[in-house]
Amino acid sequence: MSLRQRLIPYWLLGPGLLWLIVFFVVPMYFMGELALRSGSLTTGYTFDWAWGNFPDSLSGHTEQIGRSFFYAGAATVLALLISYPLAYAIAFRAGRFKLLLLFAVIAPFFTTYLIRTIVWKTILSDDSPLVGVLQTLALVPQDGRVLATSGAVIAGLTYNFLPFMILPLYANLERLDSRLIEAAKDLYSSSSQAFLRVTLPLTMPGIVAGVLLTFIPAFGDYINAQLLGGPQQSMIGNVIQGLYLTQRDYPEAASLSFLMMALILAVVVVYIRFAGTGAFMGDEDERGTA
Amino acid sequence: MAAGRRAWGWLRRNALPVYAGLAVAYMLIPIVVVAVFSFGETPKDKLTFGLDNGFTLEYWRTVFSNPQLNEAFTTSVRLAALSTVVSTAIGTLMAIALVRHRFFGRRAANLLIVIPMATPEVVIGASLLSMFIYYSFALGFTTLLLAHVMFSISFVVVVVRSRLIGFDRHLEEAAADLGATPLATFRTVTLPLLAPGVIAAALLAFALSIDDFVISNFNSGTTVTFPLYVYGVSLRGIPIQVNALATLLFVIAVIAVALVLIQQRRAERMAAVRPELEPAPPIPAPPAQATT
Repeated sequence: MSLRQRLIPYWLLGPGLLWLIVFFVVPMYFMGELALRSGSLTTGYTFDWAWGNFPDSLSGHTEQIGRSFFYAGAATVLALLISYPLAYAIAFRAGRFKLLLLFAVIAPFFTTYLIRTIVWKTILSDDSPLVGVLQTLALVPQDGRVLATSGAVIAGLTYNFLPFMILPLYANLERLDSRLIEAAKDLYSSSSQAFLRVTLPLTMPGIVAGVLLTFIPAFGDYINAQLLGGPQQSMIGNVIQGLYLTQRDYPEAASLSFLMMALILAVVVVYIRFAGTGAFMGDEDERGTA
Repeated sequence: MAAGRRAWGWLRRNALPVYAGLAVAYMLIPIVVVAVFSFGETPKDKLTFGLDNGFTLEYWRTVFSNPQLNEAFTTSVRLAALSTVVSTAIGTLMAIALVRHRFFGRRAANLLIVIPMATPEVVIGASLLSMFIYYSFALGFTTLLLAHVMFSISFVVVVVRSRLIGFDRHLEEAAADLGATPLATFRTVTLPLLAPGVIAAALLAFALSIDDFVISNFNSGTTVTFPLYVYGVSLRGIPIQVNALATLLFVIAVIAVALVLIQQRRAERMAAVRPELEPAPPIPAPPAQATT
């Protein structure tokens, strides 16, 4: 290959990679720089290697950090419980309705995220019929509320990130060779044994991808906590948003945000090391080498 | 009792479809509620499953009569259109490079494309704001555009890439064998076959941009986009026109996706029309992992 030919992929990638470097990688550097400053809004923030910002920002918000883990974790588990049977049904039982069902699954994406969440706020509001039903069933105390509780925030997160769980699961189940399940049954396994020992292990990659794709955005989200929760439900995203945009305490906001990025980067890099970038790209081409 | 047992038996046999049906219904509830709300006045912050003041087309007639809403909406459409054009062009080139070429640094490029998709929006928004603060860059339409293109690129690459992987390169070879120049091959064979993927990617980029709240909230300055407007008014009661507009957007999106699907099927059929007398010898595939 001539040099010219060998340079072609770099020319093709150039503009995009440059854009991602300048507006994704470089901003991370400036966020780190901002995190190491000290001072106040009135005197201005000066850079002086203020490493103390990192532990300070963590210890100041342990409550919200713990809550973020709990809410995102609960939403991820719920989403998995809702999605797995649904994805299974779409992959194996839907017949000619397959495309329609897939379409229904991504339909929420066609309405604005914010409006979807505001609608849930209305549905869960104090005098809504749904809350009345829940009260009658004694799932909610007679004078209890649904809005402004942890349950409402978890429900909102579950709803909003459900498609991110369903789609990788579906993609995985769709590729599953159903003859393997038949083979298990031929060898006298019960339905549940076949599921636990054949289907479930084979769909583990889809489960892991779905869990990551749900947990990560749910962990950083602040819309659900803001609209469906009260002050007692605020998550780490709410803190970062408030510190940046309202209180303008940039160093503290930046250090929290930087730590969140570091945590997620670590998880994602470990994952990619094992599974390759393929699971995020939606194909088998980029398998991991570990 | 017997009827109850029969019902229970039916439920057990059909547990999976029933469960799936409920899950789908759950996904569609808010969409239906928004659409219903656009046809009637409902007391603020209250859900009633009837339309208290009856059915009205009032809010559909006046959907474009709120100047602030109009301005926000126009800004969003302009932003989404520009961001779509730029990110689709850039992303398509990247997808071509990644699928068709094996080169040094390919793995790193893949990583750089994947990580933004796995980053929480709040971190993307905050880091961009950090950089803009450092350079005292004025926040507004420009910063929004830079940000929107950035987070759209990865998704464009993923969509176009998946289309390219399923691409039958024999068709291009056939064109070349029949004397087409590389440019003519690209124009008459490659592009029409690739078009559905590129259009799907563009639609996704447009949807991502017009829907974005978090990253925009950090980098908008005084510019107001549609989601930012909705957020602003949500605290004191949303004009019902917003529901009508949201429903309108939903319908447009559904139609657009349906058109893309139809187009995709047609392209597939076009690619499938070839005599299957003798399977062509497979082109030796490049080793999948060797050169990444």
